[in-house]
Amino acid sequence: MSNLDVHGSLEPLPTPVTASTIIEVRQLMKTYRVGEIDVHALNGVDLNVRRGEFLAIIGTSGSGKSTLFNILGGLTPPTSGSVAINGRELHTMSDAERNDLRKRTVGFVFQKYNLLPTLTAEQNIQIVRDVAGRPIAFDERFKEVLEMLGISKRMHHKPRALSGGEQQRVAIARAIVNGPAILLADEPTGNLDTKNSDIVLSLLRDLNKRLGQTILMITHNPEAAAYADRTVQMRDGCVV
Amino acid sequence: MPLSAILRVLVNQLIFANLMHRPVRTLLSMLAIGVEVTMILTLVGVSYGTLDASARRARGIGADVFVRPPGSSAISLSSAPLSEKMVPVLAQEPGVALATGTMVQSMGGFETIQGVDFPAIDKMASTWRKPGDPEKEGFKFTEGTAFQEPDDIIVDEYYARQKKLHPGDHIKLINHDWRVSGIFESGKLARILAPIGTLQRLTGNEGKISAVYLKLTNPKQADAFVAALRGKLNPGDPDHGYQVYTVEDFVSQLSVSNVAMLKDFIYVVIGIATIVGFIVVFMAMYTAVLERTREIGILKAVGAGPTYILNILFRETLMLAILGTVVGIVLTYGTQWLIGHAVPASLVQETVYSWWPIAAAIAIVGAMLGTVVPAMRAVRQDATEALSYE
Repeated sequence: MSNLDVHGSLEPLPTPVTASTIIEVRQLMKTYRVGEIDVHALNGVDLNVRRGEFLAIIGTSGSGKSTLFNILGGLTPPTSGSVAINGRELHTMSDAERNDLRKRTVGFVFQKYNLLPTLTAEQNIQIVRDVAGRPIAFDERFKEVLEMLGISKRMHHKPRALSGGEQQRVAIARAIVNGPAILLADEPTGNLDTKNSDIVLSLLRDLNKRLGQTILMITHNPEAAAYADRTVQMRDGCVV
Repeated sequence: MPLSAILRVLVNQLIFANLMHRPVRTLLSMLAIGVEVTMILTLVGVSYGTLDASARRARGIGADVFVRPPGSSAISLSSAPLSEKMVPVLAQEPGVALATGTMVQSMGGFETIQGVDFPAIDKMASTWRKPGDPEKEGFKFTEGTAFQEPDDIIVDEYYARQKKLHPGDHIKLINHDWRVSGIFESGKLARILAPIGTLQRLTGNEGKISAVYLKLTNPKQADAFVAALRGKLNPGDPDHGYQVYTVEDFVSQLSVSNVAMLKDFIYVVIGIATIVGFIVVFMAMYTAVLERTREIGILKAVGAGPTYILNILFRETLMLAILGTVVGIVLTYGTQWLIGHAVPASLVQETVYSWWPIAAAIAIVGAMLGTVVPAMRAVRQDATEALSYE
């Protein structure tokens, strides 16, 4: 791993922790309509994330953290407020630009892994390259990342043949294969036992420390949050 | 390998994996598209085959010219409005070597019984073409002989096979008990031939015939002979009244495009087949999209746009349609075998290769149309809802 220095590895990814802000959230509001009732999932969230930071957002169920995750990833629009990713306002982006954001700038890790069941681990990773219009062959540096994640020998297995921990590590590899500036992880250890949780969290921390990957992790577990550089808490749709 | 080729391979792998993920649904979809293709190809094959068989049988008796009554059409099955006195009159025409009249009686559907003057028709069939030609020898009997009695009939080998008939067997046709005297090699006139006198009497058409067949002394003069005879039979208006054709003209009229009813019927079947294909693919792709809601959400989450998702779904449909077409073509050989063994006398099915791409195009278009709505649903699916879909 020693040659995985923070300069010149995965495409635009190597970004040392600096004072520059990569995610800037201002007065973010999100209201869902459930039947005839308005549910205020986010009530004026303000948040700054520095480039290269490993941030944990902790909160109970219903605190709005997953809604924030979806908005930051461009998966759902906010009701009001602003989100700037890498200096670009999300609300000014077209659908195609938001797709591009997910292809190149933001990678996702989900609680339920969300691997395509009909493809092998390798193909699950390759298809993200394919979607981004990039060559699907892995370069040497990415192969080293796979070694680091401990899944290089499991590439030809389908998800059903992998353990939960292995599936989540494949999902992490998929999330970073295009070298995104930001990795968003929503309860990445929510479906894992303690041992695998430790492995996955350690890997996220390694990615952050070794590659300078900006990580924003949503969790309800304080022990998981302890792996991050900084923790912010959400309650009732606000950062407290 | 070029980038586009690499991408194509990966997406094809995904499509193939999707199809294999639900093998029963995939097989049923292919089968349904196959049935659609078979419906089209079988109908077209039977249409072409039956008309071609009629053309072969029309050629088979060696006549050069037909004379038919006014108002008849190429595929009219029965009627006897001509007087049989026309036969000796036409036989006296310059250039006519032989003349014989026949009458045709429908037995319902496409089956007919044809009354003939057997010695005359056999002589006409025997005296054409050069020596050594296998079709020169007139009627050839595989079993039995020509008519021995007024109530005898002869049937061709296909009819005999279909009805399991042998010489000496009795069969009731047009309310009359006939004895089968012989079974002849197919290729001449109708599949069932009876003595013309008996048939005229049984149908109340004494002295009436349906057509006159003429053998010319010089077949190369057939066109000129027809023009002259038309002028003589239809004074003042040669193109109306008695219908006089060379055999080759008559045969050329026996094509699908000349039979309006048949053409319309083919269009109707194509329409039904297309709707069947559309519904089946719609159902298959709708359930596939519903089932893959989460997967589509995953693809959207990693940045896949509408084009990428539509590309996957339509290519999957295309693959189904192509495989279904192959199944349909194979099934068509099955229907051909079935028709050839079950009803060889009633229907003849040909393999019409020129319709393979047409049937394939119809199947593909129907399948693509069936994919539009499910595909639009997939594209419009909210990514966050899709990701939480169980």
